[in-house]
Amino acid sequence: MASLLEVKDLNVYYGVIRALKGISFHVEKGEIVALIGANGAGKTTTLHTLSGLIAPESGEITYKDNDLIKTPGHKIVSLGMAQVPEGRRVFAEMSVEQNLMMGAFTRSDKKEIADTLKMVYKRFPRLDERKKQLAGTLSGGEQQMLAMGRALMSHPDIILMDEPSMGLSPLLVGEIFDIIQSVNKDGVTVLLVEQNAKKALSIAHRAYVMETGTIVKEGKASDLLNDESIKKAYLGE
Amino acid sequence: MNFLTYLINGISLGSIYAIIALGYTMVYGIAKMLNFAHGDVIMIGGYLIYTASSTYGFNPLVSILISVVGCTILGMLTEKVAYKPLRNAASNLAVLITAIGVSYFLQNIALLIFGANPKSFSSVVTWEGLSLAGGELKIQGVTIVTILTSVVILIALQLFINKTKSGQAMLAVSEDKGAATLMGINVNKTISLTFAIGSGLAAIAGALLCSAYPTLTPYTGAMPGIKAFVAAVLGGIGSIPGAMIGGLLLGVVEILSKRYISTQLADAIVFAILIIILLVKPTGLLGKNIQEKV
Repeated sequence: MASLLEVKDLNVYYGVIRALKGISFHVEKGEIVALIGANGAGKTTTLHTLSGLIAPESGEITYKDNDLIKTPGHKIVSLGMAQVPEGRRVFAEMSVEQNLMMGAFTRSDKKEIADTLKMVYKRFPRLDERKKQLAGTLSGGEQQMLAMGRALMSHPDIILMDEPSMGLSPLLVGEIFDIIQSVNKDGVTVLLVEQNAKKALSIAHRAYVMETGTIVKEGKASDLLNDESIKKAYLGE
Repeated sequence: MNFLTYLINGISLGSIYAIIALGYTMVYGIAKMLNFAHGDVIMIGGYLIYTASSTYGFNPLVSILISVVGCTILGMLTEKVAYKPLRNAASNLAVLITAIGVSYFLQNIALLIFGANPKSFSSVVTWEGLSLAGGELKIQGVTIVTILTSVVILIALQLFINKTKSGQAMLAVSEDKGAATLMGINVNKTISLTFAIGSGLAAIAGALLCSAYPTLTPYTGAMPGIKAFVAAVLGGIGSIPGAMIGGLLLGVVEILSKRYISTQLADAIVFAILIIILLVKPTGLLGKNIQEKV
């Protein structure tokens, strides 16, 4: 069976700088796949290209039989691919609930949207408590939850998560990763970009290691956790 | 009573500035550009009404409708042809200079078609107005209509932005285009819609302006355009209530200065107030502190 998401030989340039040097990877339905690597390795660029925010120079992105490179950015979410962007990027001047409703922008069935909203509030009770509050006044952890809730509002098949642990306390990081796992158990495929490699590998099924625009290693997350070179370079052991 | 008359006239002029300023501020909020051709859309709107009513004999309401439709199309067309190709240009200056170019282009088109001679515009408001306090306080019909129109526009705009999906999309795009795209919002369409609304409002402002000051030349829109820009900055550019307050303040100050200080100095006083307010509060009265995003 074809993969849910298949990336082949993807090349992305920023001006003359080659940010992605022909990377290939795939994500199967139901998986958590981690993309780990240092700052500047091209992880965020990869996600931005998948979501159509950046146009690649060449390569193929196939998602559920759709050619994503030919799909305009704003049409990708309705194909079932949502993103929780780096730095949350919630709409600070809008209320929590308005932010969540933006997540359901491409959906039209009011009853289904209301059901999803209920489900999101059940998963994130703190968002329910603060639904009238402006998103900009939330703490970092709450904004991360809002960004995740907003992505769930589109009822996605796959969520691309970009550095969900960034700037959060270890306690909150644990909480966020628990939520990622439970979202995945409910049937949502996850492509997780993280600098916190240890955390990411501990919940992922498979992982790819990126270095300066290329994929240098791939494998089962549990194998990579025990890989000596990975340990040295990314796990601080 | 005299003072009250001037105050009301000031509020009326301010309402016109406010309606124009709304266009400036919305376009700035969403496309992050100053559309210096906005004032000239008012002038084009004025000529459209003039042509529709004087040449083709349409009644005022139909003429205004034609003008609103015409200006809306003009606004969207300008955005598509002149500004959109520059959206990702390295420098914001490119689009600013283009806007100034569009401004001259529109003025010269009007000059070519209608000539330099002023056209006398017949008011779209035929109502005489009110005479209160035994004839002591006379308020012209166009004054009252102008103030009411601006109130209706403000309320309608707030409802549109807060209650409709397109309005919410505009808010989202004004905050973060990338995140808005991730939500499935078509950013290009949203920017186009903003230009459409701003230009439609400019047409209404044109109708009211030319009814209150009934000489129409290709340069009619230039000064009110600049004043409205000042109003938008004064109120905090990007803020809709700010544009309204800035516009009203400017109109009242201008009329009262003309009456009580000096006709010649009125504009200088208006700009002096802008400078003082910006010195004290650089983001304008209702402006937010803009944080640079890393």
